[in-house]
Amino acid sequence: MLDDRYTLAYKLYPYARHADQDADAPVRHPVVVLGGGPIGIATAVDLAQQNIPVVVLDDHEGVGMGSRAICFAKRTLEISDRYGAAKPMVDKGVVWNIGKVFHKDGQVFDFNLLPEEGHEFPAFINLQQPYFESFLIERAYELQKQGAPIQIRGKNRVDAVTVHDDHATLEVMTPEGPYTLETDWLIGCDGASSPLRTMLGHEFTGQVFKDSFLIADIKMINTNFPTERWFWFEPSHGSGASTLLHKQPDDVWRVDFQIGWDIDRKEEMKEENIRRRLDAFLGDDVEYEMVWSSIYTFQCKHMDSFRHGRVIFAGDAAHQVSPFGARGANSGMQDADNLGWKLGMVINGQAPESLLDSYNSERLQGAAENILNSTRSTDFITPKSEMSHVLRNAVLELSGHYEFARPLVNSGRLSVPCVYDGSPLNSADALIDGPARTRPGAPCPDAPLADGFLLSKLGGQFTLLAINCEVPEALTESGVTTTVLSLKSADDKTGALAERYLGDAASAVYLIRPDQHVAARREHYDENLFRTALKRAIGKE
Amino acid sequence: MADLILTPNIASGDDFYEELISAHDGLSKEDSDAYNARLLLILANHIGDREALSAAIKAAKRQS
Repeated sequence: MLDDRYTLAYKLYPYARHADQDADAPVRHPVVVLGGGPIGIATAVDLAQQNIPVVVLDDHEGVGMGSRAICFAKRTLEISDRYGAAKPMVDKGVVWNIGKVFHKDGQVFDFNLLPEEGHEFPAFINLQQPYFESFLIERAYELQKQGAPIQIRGKNRVDAVTVHDDHATLEVMTPEGPYTLETDWLIGCDGASSPLRTMLGHEFTGQVFKDSFLIADIKMINTNFPTERWFWFEPSHGSGASTLLHKQPDDVWRVDFQIGWDIDRKEEMKEENIRRRLDAFLGDDVEYEMVWSSIYTFQCKHMDSFRHGRVIFAGDAAHQVSPFGARGANSGMQDADNLGWKLGMVINGQAPESLLDSYNSERLQGAAENILNSTRSTDFITPKSEMSHVLRNAVLELSGHYEFARPLVNSGRLSVPCVYDGSPLNSADALIDGPARTRPGAPCPDAPLADGFLLSKLGGQFTLLAINCEVPEALTESGVTTTVLSLKSADDKTGALAERYLGDAASAVYLIRPDQHVAARREHYDENLFRTALKRAIGKE
Repeated sequence: MADLILTPNIASGDDFYEELISAHDGLSKEDSDAYNARLLLILANHIGDREALSAAIKAAKRQS
């Protein structure tokens, strides 16, 4: 009745009977998160750090097997750092900067990501998803030990949901039978095939791509491949229409073959057939062990609205993209980052419920951007007509000879955070000579300071960041008090802070949201204007 | 006379490429070929510079 749907890599939250199951009347919680995947746990950690009681319900007892998402972007690491989980991710992860593009027989060109200096975290790390999830779960338990109100209940499957105006009622199945729970807010982080979304009958619309991909994770025995990303278009070895090779920790390489739509899954998944493709690709003299394999198809879809009253969706449950560009898990983490503080302020009575509508509009904007980028990559990798195939191959051919064609080669545009241009929480940009990258709506870029990095000093609450100008010790408006970070040119040894936050301006004051996005900026402090900006940023203007 | 530009020169190349591919949506191969020819002539006229056009004609001959 509660059989596992997949094999676990680590059993981290075994079923344990909870007092709620023996209560006479259903117990009401402020927040229930449905799904113990990375986005569910991240959302719960965000709330727990604000001291808001949260219960995660998951129908399994830990982290699923298989590498799955393997590419985690800088913004995800910065968000994870705010959640206290980034250090082990970076320690375990593999950093890569070199990519090579091949077409048919040979290499067309190579590139270096050349990440900008002056950031605490690398542009990307490769890390198997079970590790990523485990580090977040370890952090959840660490918080729990410190007294934070966070619970993860394994083998608790939600079978029915009734949504009311101000709460939801959940029928939960456990190995010891059913019980009923109530929650003021229900957060659906139950994945691409979201049972919650289906139960509530919400549409999930978009494009299905008619192609299948075979993942083989292998451990090299007698060879060492470099830590680079290799992408083949139409490889002449014929083991797939495109092939991706990518390094993971533990000497494991991800090989991803595009194998077409009309395939016999069972046949393709046989080890001998996977090895046949791998041998054609790697050559006969390379010895390897198979670690994990899987066949996947994908779609680019999203819900029309991520918020339905007291039910809010995040991660793959709300939007799904093709894997090119690593925009799945990375965008889900931005959902958690965006939702956490807003829900916290609404629950604490500091902001109106309508603040949550900005979660919907901002993250829909993010989803649309991710779907656009990953669809373009998909169309380049899998041309949909004869002419687009001709043009694609012309780009590849030209890119071998001429630099101009290289930016057109699209094997995935790697995830960058969304700039919430036009968000109702933004105040008009009033820093005339300020850099575009830190305009209202933008995520704050990191910068090295005399004693550590800028981002580690921002986030979790509203902050007034002042550079080269006077600000009061705090600003309190509508019951929200900002912290203040006052910096001078002397704190900026490398000049990165000035380049990223001042541009040609002599001074600047930024109002920064708890998710490290810019809400407002101007050259000098003005109490009334920043009061208004703060009110606007909490949905009261 | 301007040299032929062979370094990246199109802002937001992904937008451009998508627009180019979309222009072929729904066309038969024959119609697509004819479309490409028309597009090529329009672009050549816009460039105008005879030396640049000759250099482009040569550059496109090169094959891997």
